[in-house]
Amino acid sequence: MFNRSSIIVGLEIGTSKVCAVVGDLAADDALNIVGLGQARSRGVRKGEIVDVAVAEEDVRCAIVEAEKMADVEIRSVYLGVTGSHLQGFNNRGVYPVASADREITADDVQDVIRSAKTINLPAENHTLHAIRQHFFVDGQDGIPDPVGMLGSRLEVDVHVVHGNRNRLQNAIRTVKGLQLEVDDIVFNGLAASLALLTSEQKELGSLVIDLGGGTADYAVCANGIIKHTGVLAVGGDHVSNDLAYGLKVSLSRAEQLKIEHGSSFVTPDDKGQSLTLPNEHGLPHKTVNLEHLRRIMSLRLEEIFRLIGQDLEQADVLDYLRAGVFLCGGGAHIPRITQLAEQVFQVPAFLGQTNSISGLKSALNQPEFATAIGLVKFGSFQQRKSGDKSSWANSFKNTLSQLFRCL
Amino acid sequence: MITSAHNEAVVTTPHRTLAVQIIGVGGAGITLVELMRQGEPSGADFAVVDTDARSLAVSGARKKVHLEIPHPRGLGGGNDPDRGRALAEEQFSKLKALFTGADMVFVLAGLGGGAGTGIGPVVARAAKEAGALTLGFVAMPFDCEGRHRQRLALQGLTQFKAAADGAICLPNQKLCKLIDENTSVLETFKIINEFLVTGVFGVWRLLRHRGVIEIPFAELTALLQDRHTECALAIAEAIGPTRSREVMDKLLAHPLLDGGQVLVEAETVWVNLTGGPDLSMADINRVMGQINEQCERAQVIMGATVDETFKDRLAITLVAARKHPECDAWTKTAPNFGEPDQPRLSPLTGERSGSRFASVAPVLTPEQVAQLPARQGSGALRQRKSASRMRQAQLPLEIVSKGRFDKSEPTVHKGEDLDVPTYIRQGVPLN
Repeated sequence: MFNRSSIIVGLEIGTSKVCAVVGDLAADDALNIVGLGQARSRGVRKGEIVDVAVAEEDVRCAIVEAEKMADVEIRSVYLGVTGSHLQGFNNRGVYPVASADREITADDVQDVIRSAKTINLPAENHTLHAIRQHFFVDGQDGIPDPVGMLGSRLEVDVHVVHGNRNRLQNAIRTVKGLQLEVDDIVFNGLAASLALLTSEQKELGSLVIDLGGGTADYAVCANGIIKHTGVLAVGGDHVSNDLAYGLKVSLSRAEQLKIEHGSSFVTPDDKGQSLTLPNEHGLPHKTVNLEHLRRIMSLRLEEIFRLIGQDLEQADVLDYLRAGVFLCGGGAHIPRITQLAEQVFQVPAFLGQTNSISGLKSALNQPEFATAIGLVKFGSFQQRKSGDKSSWANSFKNTLSQLFRCL
Repeated sequence: MITSAHNEAVVTTPHRTLAVQIIGVGGAGITLVELMRQGEPSGADFAVVDTDARSLAVSGARKKVHLEIPHPRGLGGGNDPDRGRALAEEQFSKLKALFTGADMVFVLAGLGGGAGTGIGPVVARAAKEAGALTLGFVAMPFDCEGRHRQRLALQGLTQFKAAADGAICLPNQKLCKLIDENTSVLETFKIINEFLVTGVFGVWRLLRHRGVIEIPFAELTALLQDRHTECALAIAEAIGPTRSREVMDKLLAHPLLDGGQVLVEAETVWVNLTGGPDLSMADINRVMGQINEQCERAQVIMGATVDETFKDRLAITLVAARKHPECDAWTKTAPNFGEPDQPRLSPLTGERSGSRFASVAPVLTPEQVAQLPARQGSGALRQRKSASRMRQAQLPLEIVSKGRFDKSEPTVHKGEDLDVPTYIRQGVPLN
């Protein structure tokens, strides 16, 4: 019924859950989400696989569930990756326009992009993305497409995301072990920003933070391009761990307390309140101070935002956030988390809505699925592109930023 | 930064010169004082104290105090700090009289022997009681000098910290890393002595300022007085057009800073930059920017001096002061340190009671205490183990379990381990 190219699957192997989203790219280029599968993740710490066998099992569960729901056979996936080894930076390429009439051709554009991508990275590092930003023609800033313009010197900025090759391979091998192909690997923060932001928000400038279980991935878009990306290897697991340590309860109990009673702020009402935890027989077993719980939690969350803020400040992108901060990932469920983000970043903060996609709406409009949906969206761009052009080597990745803009 | 108005005010205020007294205690102290006298004799008053009449006779310092020991015929304290201490206590008023009128006293001593370890802390206390800001410069023995000397030296250091406002510890062993291992013994000693002297000069320069940006003595006093800190000292120098960058690399690689760990833990950091007339604001900014980044928690005090002879050169003297939590306890129980025969037992039981998990050591009768080392087994390995464990107990940190992140790669951000709960790192109390 479906032909292979129209089915796009995004797979995110997260620290707390594995999530597979199946999208159907219809003939009229409309993307429709038709299936969703998820499983608890056990073999991942801080966004990276530490136990391959267990992770493989979890991925299988999620894939099988998604296959059942979408009624398709999944053969290949777009895989989301994260981890503290990933880094993003901007690099500029310069190319002198050689033709006699000084008209910039598509070849010149390819050449300048190639020159921008030649980056001096350690041998063990792999370039995940090299996303085109704006062109400069003879120093004139902010040109989205220079083909056909006149100029003698063409420059382009690319945003490069790179990471340790072996650690990236771990995730790929896990998926390949299940007889699945990996179409491409995508940085989770980038995928989340694809899923959440409308083109207007990208133009205006916004920060997307995926508050995951093991890491907080973030990306800054402004003027329609990706300005900055980063990973902070601190996430919901850390909150649970802090609670387990501070309240002297087990990790699973801490996790439960976090979900049921957690908050981003300590309110005066919490003072002196306590929670009674039952033991396995349902009898009162231990009391926990609610104020302490929320204080531990709010300190950690505030620190996460603050560290991200510091990084953005260092990268000089803090002033671009005119549309605000968009939160997704499981951490976005924490009550009043947007208020905390507003307080730290001093700009409006929202929970990200993945409303630019049709299908399974109510089930999908949850912040924790944003990254997986973004992966599908990333895949749909690649597929459309390879449909448009016969030579897909041309279309490969370097056009991401263009697609990014025409959302 | 300092505004021009402030600068002017500084220039116009007439200064009373700071009365600095440098006192060498014991053989090592006297050697250092001699070297210093040759180096820069202006502005400081030198004094020496020893039990050995011969080494005193060699010294050309203005004031000399000979603490006479009745029986070893004036030849040193017999490597017994207790005897040295007792002698010094007897002559306490005499020692105190040495420091009348001094604003600042540097006590130079080599620890591990009889005189420096025993007399040094008493001298420091005398100086402090005489009203001076007292800093101890203490050289720790080499590892090869044996564990007994190390132990004595560690005890001496603790007493120094308790007695003086600050103790700057100069472990000889770590300094060895600065020197090529094939250097001859004489050369090594010379280099180390020079390092110690440059260190003292560096701190002295820090105080005597004559700088473009100066460190007010009052501020320093306020920061140091009664803090009983342990300080690390690092000096770096670079020449050439990229000196501001090089000097920072050298400084951060300095063995006494333990790979920058000391800076992260420091609570006060003083920095003095010395450059030639071509010292630029950009240089200062670059260096201070990096230092500030390294030690976010510390209060950084900076000074800058212009020295005509420093053309194209840039030198940094950095003193990082860190307070040991147990120091308060030491100051309160100060005079009563364990006898050198059983030091392993007395400090250790004190430390242990702080732990929440290990039970307090049982109270033992003196006979049992005497039996205990025998019961520890005669194997050398065993003994070394217990000695190293004792040293580890001096770490100021309580080990926080990282729970589920115990085995994963730590998330370290600017020297902070983010896997440790935030509330613990920020010191937020949960009552």
